[in-house]
Amino acid sequence: MQLAMFLPLLCPVLAGVFARPLGNRLEPRAATWTLTISAVVLAAASWVALAVLALTGLARIPLVADLGHWSAAVIQHNDPVSLGIAAAAGLLLVVTAATAVRMLWRRLRALLAAGLDAACMPGPDQLAVMEDPAPDAYAIPGLPGRIVVSTGMLSSLDTTERDILLAHERAHLTAHHYLFVASAQLGAAANPFLRPLATAVTYTVERWADEHAATVFGDRHRVARTVGKAALATKHAPARRRIPAAALGLIGRRDALKSAGPVPRRVAALLAPPPELRLLPLAATAVVLIAAGLSAFDAARDLHLLLELAGAG
Amino acid sequence: MGPDRHRPAAAGGRRPSGALEAEVLAALQSSPQALTPAEALERLGGGLSYSTVVTILSRMHDKGMLTRTKRGRAYAYAPVTDASGLTARRMRQVMEGGPDRESVLSRFVDELSTSDEELLRRLLDGDGGADLGTGARGG
Repeated sequence: MQLAMFLPLLCPVLAGVFARPLGNRLEPRAATWTLTISAVVLAAASWVALAVLALTGLARIPLVADLGHWSAAVIQHNDPVSLGIAAAAGLLLVVTAATAVRMLWRRLRALLAAGLDAACMPGPDQLAVMEDPAPDAYAIPGLPGRIVVSTGMLSSLDTTERDILLAHERAHLTAHHYLFVASAQLGAAANPFLRPLATAVTYTVERWADEHAATVFGDRHRVARTVGKAALATKHAPARRRIPAAALGLIGRRDALKSAGPVPRRVAALLAPPPELRLLPLAATAVVLIAAGLSAFDAARDLHLLLELAGAG
Repeated sequence: MGPDRHRPAAAGGRRPSGALEAEVLAALQSSPQALTPAEALERLGGGLSYSTVVTILSRMHDKGMLTRTKRGRAYAYAPVTDASGLTARRMRQVMEGGPDRESVLSRFVDELSTSDEELLRRLLDGDGGADLGTGARGG
């Protein structure tokens, strides 16, 4: 029972360590799917594990055992989980569930508000141009989504580069990238060890859109230069209040690309040969997910058997 | 420019609908006075026909994105100036909706730290990238 109970809690730590290298090496679409599914499955498995630990502890309390017609003695005799661990698991479960629900609620509200903004923007087109000398460009999800580009950004880029920018933003909207990001972040809210996965997904969706633009234009170097040019233009524009990158956990230490922010890493990836689909990391991820899922299931079944035994006793 | 002016779906030379308008708008915006279709075509560079430019300009005028005045036998077009800054203010509100709002937007480029900037310049210099000036004007 011990290992099965704690494996789902250990897997997210393992996944967290490998999230960034996976995001860097895998083909971006495969990376996005892999990391998002991993975040959701591992979050669910760790919740099941916490719930099993907490319930096992709960059933040891004589009053609860009476209510469930279980024999507290049988449970205490058979179960290796201490009351302290069970209480900690219960507390963690409540706290992370509250965090996740709060995040889900706020994210849904933000999505609705963004959809409303997208609908209310002037002009019937997907593209909305904002009169603003500060270079900026972003996509707002909605039905349909909008692409907002400032006049400052338009004048920093030449015609091909503008097309590349629009192809990139359009890829975000058509592939519903905000859903991947939100799902991974929900997983991270449910289990903070999964945060590196959410950070990696915000990066891999950018890579996905970059690679899409590169496919459309058939010139990775041109896309790389466009991303670089836009970033440099943004950097040297009059400062605007922004969410600092540090808040998103993107700033690392000084070790060239390893700790660099997303823009230099995207540019470096575009200047490198196109990514290939690698099966080994995918298979390894599948093994971790299956292990976590099976052990969570196993722990739940053990609890069920224990309670049955205690009920019969 | 020249050899590396790649176009999506190069066979038809068709660009996504918004892209052309963005180009035209940028051309008009970078000009101190209103432009006739011929002048706009000149600033847009090759690849477009006169009639395409006329079509785009009149379509954008219909949408209320441009104003036009008669000049000679042609119309001269200028972007609708957003004097009150209403659109910009509204979009800025979108931006300043806090981290939640920020999280559903997909921004083209994130903020660069100083070390990122150095790294980026090195990467692009290595790629032989010219024209990375901060205020580079294209179009």
